[in-house]
Amino acid sequence: MTATTEARSPIPAPRSPRNRRTTRTNYELYGWVFMRASGVLLLVLIFGHLFMNLIDGDGISAIDFGFVAGKWASPLWQVWDLLMLWLAMIHGTNGVRTIINDYAERTGTRVVLKSALYLAFTVTVVLGTLVIFTFDPCPPGSPADLLPSFCTA
Amino acid sequence: MPEAPAGTLYRGREGMWSWVAHRVTGFLIFFFLLVHVLDTALVRVSPEAYNAVIGTYKNPVMGLGELGLVAAIVFHAFNGIRVMLVDFWKNGPRYQRVMLWVVVGLFVVTMAGFAPRHLMNVFGGH
Ligand code: HEM
Ligand code: HEM
Repeated sequence: MTATTEARSPIPAPRSPRNRRTTRTNYELYGWVFMRASGVLLLVLIFGHLFMNLIDGDGISAIDFGFVAGKWASPLWQVWDLLMLWLAMIHGTNGVRTIINDYAERTGTRVVLKSALYLAFTVTVVLGTLVIFTFDPCPPGSPADLLPSFCTA
Repeated sequence: MPEAPAGTLYRGREGMWSWVAHRVTGFLIFFFLLVHVLDTALVRVSPEAYNAVIGTYKNPVMGLGELGLVAAIVFHAFNGIRVMLVDFWKNGPRYQRVMLWVVVGLFVVTMAGFAPRHLMNVFGGH
């Protein structure tokens, strides 16, 4: 407990002023808040999704093209899926970004992994959004028994 | 980035393991979601293409995979709420360990309700 042992230790004394690299932004704080706010919404959205698709009716064995067409005929499930897509992708991408920052030590590795992450984010969100908005429940030329009943009505 | 010391021996207790599990489940769900948006996108290709791929989700092996996925989500979701309570509720840090056992309890109850229902749909020969 003498001053000499302290001086030799590579570990800075408690509460010694840190050499903080200020980023001048609050983005990490916003990310932290977003992870929590989106988490609450995702709990409701995903549990609802899993209930409708795995528990209600015959569960997974009832899912086919007609099932999806029936759901997306209603604006409720369109908005539901759109919100779930965006929130889960932003929440998940931000979470995986944290994981990359924690484990990828070399700058080059981090750049490569994060570029791949942001590419996957963009492709998935754009594709998923387009699918919801351009969905055609009655594609011409498809056998009627695969389509929802309202196509022939 | 600081250099990771070689041969670290973590000595965290429940709090550390719940954090590891939260991280692993979040990571898995993310990659499931990437694949899931792709398989759903097949509705834009043709009803036949979508039904063919979704049909593979109904075989028993995939059925067990879905059970694992739901388990991952249920744990991540309940533990996520616990993390928020630790952060925002004034008694949260004091009860973090108790709340972990509440999470485990709720997880067991939820899965006990879900698993038989799902396995019946998968193995029920529809
Ligand atoms: C094994 C469990 C699951 C099954 C069987 C399933 C099934 C489906 C089906 C049939 C659709 C088409 C539309 C609809 O029904 O609403 C869909 C869409 C969707 N699911 Fe799931 N789902 C599962 C798990 C999940 C999970 C865990 C998530 C979130 C992480 C998720 C996120 C989404 C999203 C975002 C869409 C919309 C996709 C798009 O925009 O093209 N699903 N799912
Ligand atoms: C079901 C509702 C969900 C809730 C309540 C929830 C809650 C949370 C919370 C509170 C955090 C922050 C943990 C911390 O800062 O220590 C977090 C992290 C994370 N979440 Fe979620 N989440 C949910 C769904 C999802 C989904 C659908 C995904 C994947 C697409 C996901 C992936 C992640 C990842 C990768 C992390 C980062 C883990 C880490 O840094 O160790 N979560 N979640």
